[in-house]
Order: sequence, then structure tokens, then C-alpha cells
Amino acid sequence: MTILKVSDIGISFGGLKAIDGVGFSVEAGQIFSIIGPNGAGKTTLFNVISGIYEASQGRIELAGRDVTRLEPDALAARGLSRTFQNLQIFQRMTAVENVMVGRHLREKCNLFADLFRLPSVTHQNKETRAAALAFLDEVGLRDQADTPAGALSYGACKRLEIARALAAEPRVLLLDEPAAGCNSVETEEIDRLICRVAAKGIAVVLVEHDMKLVMKISNRILALERGRPLIEGSPGEVRANPAVLEAYLGKHGAREAARA
Amino acid sequence: MLAALRHRYGILLVLAVIIAALPLVFPSSYYFRVASLVWVSAFAAIGLNILMGKAGQVSLGHAGFFGIGAYAVAIGPTHLGVPPLAAMLLGCALSALLAFLVGRPILRLKGHYLAIATLGFGVLVALVITTESRWTGGPDGMSVMKLTLFGWRASGSDTWYWITGGLLLAGTWIALNLDETPTGRAFRALHDSEIAARVTGINVNRFKLQAFVIAAVYASLAGSALALMNGFVNPDQAGFLHSIEMVTMVVLGGLGSVVGSIVGAAVLIMLPQLLTVFQEYENLMLGAIIIVSMIFMRDGIVPVLSKFMTGWRA
Repeated sequence: MTILKVSDIGISFGGLKAIDGVGFSVEAGQIFSIIGPNGAGKTTLFNVISGIYEASQGRIELAGRDVTRLEPDALAARGLSRTFQNLQIFQRMTAVENVMVGRHLREKCNLFADLFRLPSVTHQNKETRAAALAFLDEVGLRDQADTPAGALSYGACKRLEIARALAAEPRVLLLDEPAAGCNSVETEEIDRLICRVAAKGIAVVLVEHDMKLVMKISNRILALERGRPLIEGSPGEVRANPAVLEAYLGKHGAREAARA
Repeated sequence: MLAALRHRYGILLVLAVIIAALPLVFPSSYYFRVASLVWVSAFAAIGLNILMGKAGQVSLGHAGFFGIGAYAVAIGPTHLGVPPLAAMLLGCALSALLAFLVGRPILRLKGHYLAIATLGFGVLVALVITTESRWTGGPDGMSVMKLTLFGWRASGSDTWYWITGGLLLAGTWIALNLDETPTGRAFRALHDSEIAARVTGINVNRFKLQAFVIAAVYASLAGSALALMNGFVNPDQAGFLHSIEMVTMVVLGGLGSVVGSIVGAAVLIMLPQLLTVFQEYENLMLGAIIIVSMIFMRDGIVPVLSKFMTGWRA
């Protein structure tokens, strides 16, 4: 079942087309990767899909409904979660509080009940904390639940962001370079984590530079170059495509790689 | 005592004990007056701290709401025949409504732009109060009718000491309540990363507005209490300098720390009293002390001290 459908998306910044005519669709439980050299528009595309930028053309559908013009918080309410390439954690909150914020949409939030901290609020808080701890466990951060997020290691922050995104129980999860800056052990953990997430039926859209990871876990791959789609296909098809190599390495580099 | 300050009710208990015990050592009614002033200022600072320290939005015009609260209890009973307590609530409602109407457009601004916009709001309120002299007495201010409750007249420094002390306890309780709630977490989340807050489903405009309205109601109540206590209001209470004083209390005590706001208010109210021995250098000394403490305690008095204490104990 198609959960996320992006068609003919385009966005321009001051006359410069950052993205032009990009489209793809992702099914529940699928891992869909977007690759391309730096500046290909991968993060921009994520920002358009998650409502941070408004597309100047095209259409985005989430679970069959048009969500092209929705704000990020409204999109989150429809089941879209994401992480960020440059970490966006809540530094002054503890790890578990970060994930509790991820449960925001699953909580009842009433200003007056909160101001007087009615018994229902305390009760809900316990439930939210328990749920958040389970998500921390999922990413292997249970031990550091009460550590201030600002004191966590880079790799731990990456996983914390994933836990926060998962806590919303999304239908679609956008992961922007989850393995960037991680060592091989951490990358393997993230690899397994992404596969577990997909196995739950969540559609995962992945932007990642680690080609080994991408080729291993993706069902489909879309290669972008300068904001335009280059090729979409299975990992095997994309790997075999000379245009992809060329986009990454340039004409000369691609010839070298082909010879090697 | 330090351990007690980590828990919501521990803080309230310590504060209640301090409020109850202080009169035992007060040699004269003058001390009751200064302490009441601290309680009222701390109350306003706690509200502003919810906006600035929790939600991370600055307001340089908060004395405007303080002024609205103060003039509500002055104008209501004198010109409109509204009893003081009802006037106080009307002032609250007016402040909340104004905060809502003004906040909607200006809270979309960020950083310096928001600072200037809120500053403009404060200046506007002060201007209206100064010019509408038929209602407000103009630059000279006006007197405020005494608060009467069921035939009992609230007057005298010690009476107001207990009223303002109780008010402070209530305000502290509410502010501490917010911490472990969805609303409190939403405030802190949008402070740390607005973009991450938005993609986790937090409607940041709504929560900024809520924090702004809460802070406005706090300021308004504090303004009403001070006016009723003093029996007099003047436009300075809504003025720019008072706004800055409120911000200084919050920042000096510690952004995001409820206890910090009380300490910040206490320092800023009591220091000038202590510094009178320096006569004409009083303001110079006050400024120097604030500068030095901000250099050495950038996070504010209470957060720095508590970090120091826990680090020292561990």
C-alpha cells in the first residue's frame, strides 16, 4: 500500500531551481533511499516533504490525502516524522524528556489542567514517560534516559532523534543521514534499527551517504543530481548505472572506477 | 535543604517557611514593606520567566501589562464603581486579551525583532496611561481605593506582607506545576529547537501565545497587588525602565529557574536599599554589581549556585 506519494515536486530559491520534477512513492514497510552528491537537493527535498519549505510545484500525498500545503505540525499529526542531518535535539532537556516531546501528539494537552497539574496530568505523564523509555530502549539509550541531551555523544544524539521521531508512532519516517559521523559499530546498530522500523510497517525514506548501508537495506533507490531525478530502481539497477557513478565522481572518475 | 529544592513541594515548603519566619526578625514595618515589594516583583518575574526562560521568547514591554493591572484597580473603583477585586480580575482579562491580540502577529517575529515589537507595545501602554489624564491622572498618577473584603479593609504593611506572600506561593506553585506537563515540555522544546518542535507536531505559534498570555496575566496580577498595597499608581509602573527591571530580575536570577526569579527580584529590590550608604554612587554601584554578576554567573545566580553546590558535593 502506497503511504507517501510525491509527484513532480519543484522548488526555486531566487530563480534557482533547487529541485525540479522529482517524484516517487513509498509503500508501508519499505525502505526508500535518496542518494546523490552534495548539493543534489536531498535535504531540500526532505524540507519540502516535511512542510518546512513550500513546494512551488507538484503534489505530496500522505495515505491518499493531499498534504502539499500543510505546516510541519499538521503533517506530523497525519503521521510524518523526521530526523535532521544537523542535529536538532532539545539540548536542555534530558534524553527521556526529548522522547516525551515526541509523544506530544499522543498526549492530551490542556493548558488549565497543566497549570494546576491535575491528577489526570500526573497520570498521563507517567504513561508518557514509560512509553518514552520503551522507545529509548529500542535505540539502546535506556541507560542514559536521565542524562541531559546536551551531554550525550554525537552517535547517541543521532539515535535519540530517531527515538523521538519513532515516539510519535509515524506512518512515514524521514531519516536525514542517520549514519553520518558514526563509526562502523554505530552504523551497524542504525542499520538494524532501520530494518526493525520498516518491519513494523513504517515507510522509511532515507538520505544517506554511506553507500554500503544504502545498498544493503534499501528496497528502492532514487538518485538525484542537481535537483533532478537521475534514475530510480533497485539497489542493483542503481549500482550498475553509469550515470550515477558519473554524478558522484565526474566523467573522468567514472572511467577510472569502471576500469578498476 | 538543598535536596528539598529539587522537588516541587520542597521548594514551596522552603518558601513558605521563609515567608512565615521573616517577620520574626523584622525590627520595623519598613521591612514588611520591602519584603512585600520583593514578593510582588518576584511574582511578576516568575510569569515573565515562563515566557523568557521556558519558551525562550523575549518581552521588553511587560511593564505594560503590569500597568494595565495597576490602573485597572485604580480606575475601576474610582470611575466605574467596580469593586477592587472585580477590577483586578477585569484587569487580568484585559491583559490576557491584549496579549492574545498583540501576541498573534508579533510572536511570529524572532529575537531582536520580537524584542523591539514588545518594547513598542510597552511604550504604547505607558503613553496611553500618561495622556489619558481624565481617567488616569496623567503623569502625576492617581490614588487607589483600599481593598475591602466582606467589610474587612486590607491595609497596613503586615497585612499586605501576608497577602503578597500568599500570592507568591500560588504563583510559584503554578509555575512549578508546568514543568512536567505537555505544555511545559512544549515550551522548552520550542525554546531549544523551533524546527524540531514543529516536526514533532507542536504548534509553536499556539504555545508561544500561551506563554505570552500567562506572563501577561502574572504581570497584571502583580500590578494590581502593588497598586492596592501602595494605594497609589503612577505611569512609571508601566514604563520602559520597569520592563527592563523585570527582565533583569529574570536574567540575573536565572533564565528558566523559578527560584531564580524570586532571588533575582530580592536582589534587585534590596540592593538599592543596601546601597543607599553610597549616596550619589548608588546607581553606579548597582550597575557595576549587575555587570560583574552577569560576567561571572552568566546562567544566573540560582543555576550557577546549584551547579556549584552539586559539583562540590559530588
